[in-house]
Amino acid sequence: MRFLFKTRYEQDVRLFKHGGQKFWYGLLGAALLLAPWLFSDYFVSQLVFIWIYSIVGLGLMLLVGYTGQVSMGHAAFLAMGAYTETYLQQKGWPFVFSLASAAVVSGLTGIVVGLPALRVKGMYLAISTLAFGFIVEEAVTRADGITGGSSGISLGGLEIFGLPIDSEQRFYYVSLAVLALCILGVMNLMRSPTGRAFVAIRDSEISAQSMGIHLARYKTIAFTLSAALAGIAGALYAHKLRFLSPDQFTFLQSIELLIMIVIGGLGSIHGAIFGAAFWILVQQFIVTAKDWLPPAIGQQTGLQPTIFGLCLVAFVLFEPLGLYGRWLKIRTFFEMFPFYRKGMFRRQKSYLKSERLK
Amino acid sequence: MQFLQLVIGGVAQGCIYGLIALGFVLIYKATETVNFAQGDLMMLGGFLGLSFMVVLGMPFWAAFLATLAVMLLFGMLLERALLRPLLGQPAFTVVMLTIGIGYLARGLVTMIPGWGTETHTLPVPYRDEVLRLGGGGDALILSMEHLAIIVVTAFLIAVLFLFFRFTKLGIAMQATSQNQLAAFYMGIPVRRINMLVWGISAAVSACAGLLLAPITFIHANMGYIGLKAFPAAVIGGFGSIPGALVGGLIVGIVESLAGFYLPEGFKDIAAYVVVLVMLAVLPEGLFGEKMRKKV
Repeated sequence: MRFLFKTRYEQDVRLFKHGGQKFWYGLLGAALLLAPWLFSDYFVSQLVFIWIYSIVGLGLMLLVGYTGQVSMGHAAFLAMGAYTETYLQQKGWPFVFSLASAAVVSGLTGIVVGLPALRVKGMYLAISTLAFGFIVEEAVTRADGITGGSSGISLGGLEIFGLPIDSEQRFYYVSLAVLALCILGVMNLMRSPTGRAFVAIRDSEISAQSMGIHLARYKTIAFTLSAALAGIAGALYAHKLRFLSPDQFTFLQSIELLIMIVIGGLGSIHGAIFGAAFWILVQQFIVTAKDWLPPAIGQQTGLQPTIFGLCLVAFVLFEPLGLYGRWLKIRTFFEMFPFYRKGMFRRQKSYLKSERLK
Repeated sequence: MQFLQLVIGGVAQGCIYGLIALGFVLIYKATETVNFAQGDLMMLGGFLGLSFMVVLGMPFWAAFLATLAVMLLFGMLLERALLRPLLGQPAFTVVMLTIGIGYLARGLVTMIPGWGTETHTLPVPYRDEVLRLGGGGDALILSMEHLAIIVVTAFLIAVLFLFFRFTKLGIAMQATSQNQLAAFYMGIPVRRINMLVWGISAAVSACAGLLLAPITFIHANMGYIGLKAFPAAVIGGFGSIPGALVGGLIVGIVESLAGFYLPEGFKDIAAYVVVLVMLAVLPEGLFGEKMRKKV
C-alpha cells in the first residue's frame, strides 16, 4: 500500500501522482509505440479505431461524465468534423489546418447545440440534442453538393508535411499522437479552474452557482470543447474509412457513443479509453465468434444488439462505475490485501430524488 | 378537401405518437424516469399480437386483449426485475438502463429465426376498407385503419381519464406522482404503484403497436417511431397526460402537412424542428407545470 503525503499544493495538480505511475504509463507508451511492429495490419487497424473512438469518448466524457450535460446527438459533431475535413482536403488544405478547422467548425456547432442547455436540463436537454442530431443527419443527406448526399463521398490519400500517410502503421502513429495530445489537453483542463467548475456544475448546479460559477458560460464551454474533440475524431475517422455516407452518423451511433462511455466508467479519462477499447474489441469478438458458433445463432443479425444490450444492462445494474470502477476495485483489493471490505465502493442508499420539489 | 385529408392522416399518425408519449408520461410522472425502451415495448406488443393471431389462430379482438394483458404483466415484471434495484439512482443511470433494455428487446426479437427478421402484416379484419364522406369527386376518404386508430385512442384516453379520476387506485397513482414521500406516509404502497404504472405504460404502447401495425407493418425496428414521440411529449409538457395526446396530434399534423407542402426531407425532421422551437419559446410545454427547485 502506498501512502502519498502531500506537503505542497502543487502535488494536487501533478499529472503523475507518483513514480509508479510514471513508470507504468511510460511502459504503456513504449508498448503502444512498438505495437505496429508486433501485430498484424488488421489488429493495428482495430487499434486505430480504438484511438479514434477514444477521442470522441473523451469529448463526450467531458460533457456527460464531468459536466453532467447529456448529449444524444454526438454523432452530429462527428459528422461535422468528418465532412469539414473531407471538404478541406479536397480543396488541398494541409492536414494540420484542416484538422484544426474541423475542430473549430464542430466546436461552433457545439455552441449552437449547447444553447438549449442554458434554459433546459436533464431529459429536455437530451431530447433537444437528439432533435439536433436528426436535423444534422437530414441536412447532411440533403446537402449533396458538399457531402455527396446519400451516395456518399470518398476521400483521397493523406499527406502530412510532405510525408504520405499511406500505410496502416503510419496512420496508427498519427492517430496515437492526436489521441495523446487530446488526453493531455483534457487532463490539463480538468485540473484547471474551468475543469473544476465543470465538476461543480455536475454535482450541483445550485451550489456551483452560489460559488460564483457562471453556469451559462461554463456549459457553453463544455459543449464547445466536447464538440471540438468529436470533430477531431471525425476528421481522423474520415481518413481512416476514406468513404463517408450519412448512415455512418445516425442516432444509433450517438447512443452507442453514450453506451461506450457508460460501460467504460463515467467521470474518468480512463473510462473513455476503456469504453472505446471494450466497444471495438467486443465487436471484433462477435465477428470472430460467428465462425465457431452454430450458424443458427452465429448468423443472426440480432446477435450484436443483444450482446450490447446485455452488457449495458449488466453494467448499469452490477457495475455502475464501469470498467474503470472495476479496475479500481481490483487494484484496491490487492493494494489493501487482506483488508479490502465489500462495501468500500458501495452505492449510497438513497430515496428518489425529485426534481419537482415544491 | 385535400388539406382536410392531410389533417386526418396526421391526426391518425398523431394518435400513435400520442399513445407512445402517453406511455412516457405515465412513467415519468410516477418515477421521473424517461423510458427509452417505450418504442421497443410497442414493437414487442406488435409481435405478440401477431403471434397470437397467426400462431394461435385467435380472432383479432381476443388477440388485442390478450396482448394488452401480457404486456401489462411484462411491464410490471420489467419494473420489478430491472428498474426497482435502481430506485433512487440518478435519472441518467436509469435512462441508460432503458436504452439497454431497448437494445436487448430489438436484438432478441431479431434472433427468433424466420420471425423477427421478416416484415409482417397484421391480418386485421378491417384491412383495406375505406369510408367515403360526402359525394362526388372531392369526397373525403377515410381509411378504416386510420379511423380505428382515432376511435380506439379516444376510447383508451377516456378509460384512462375515468380510471385516474374516479378509482381509488387511479387517485393513489396521482398522489404518488405528485409527491412520493407524502403518498408513502399516507399508506399508499408506492413501489407496487410504480410497478403497475410500468405495466399500464407497456400496455398502452402495445396498443399503439397493434393499431399502427396495419399501416407500417410489424418489424423489429418499428420501435424507432418512439423517437418521434419524445417531441410529442415535450411539446405537451412532459408530465401531463392530455398534453401528451395534444403534443402527439400536433406532431402528427405538422408532419403530415410538411410532407406535402414542403420540399422532400422536411417530413422526417418536422417533429424535431417543432420541438426545438418549443424548447426555445416555452420550455415547460403547453400543459406542463412550472417547476422550480428549492434548496
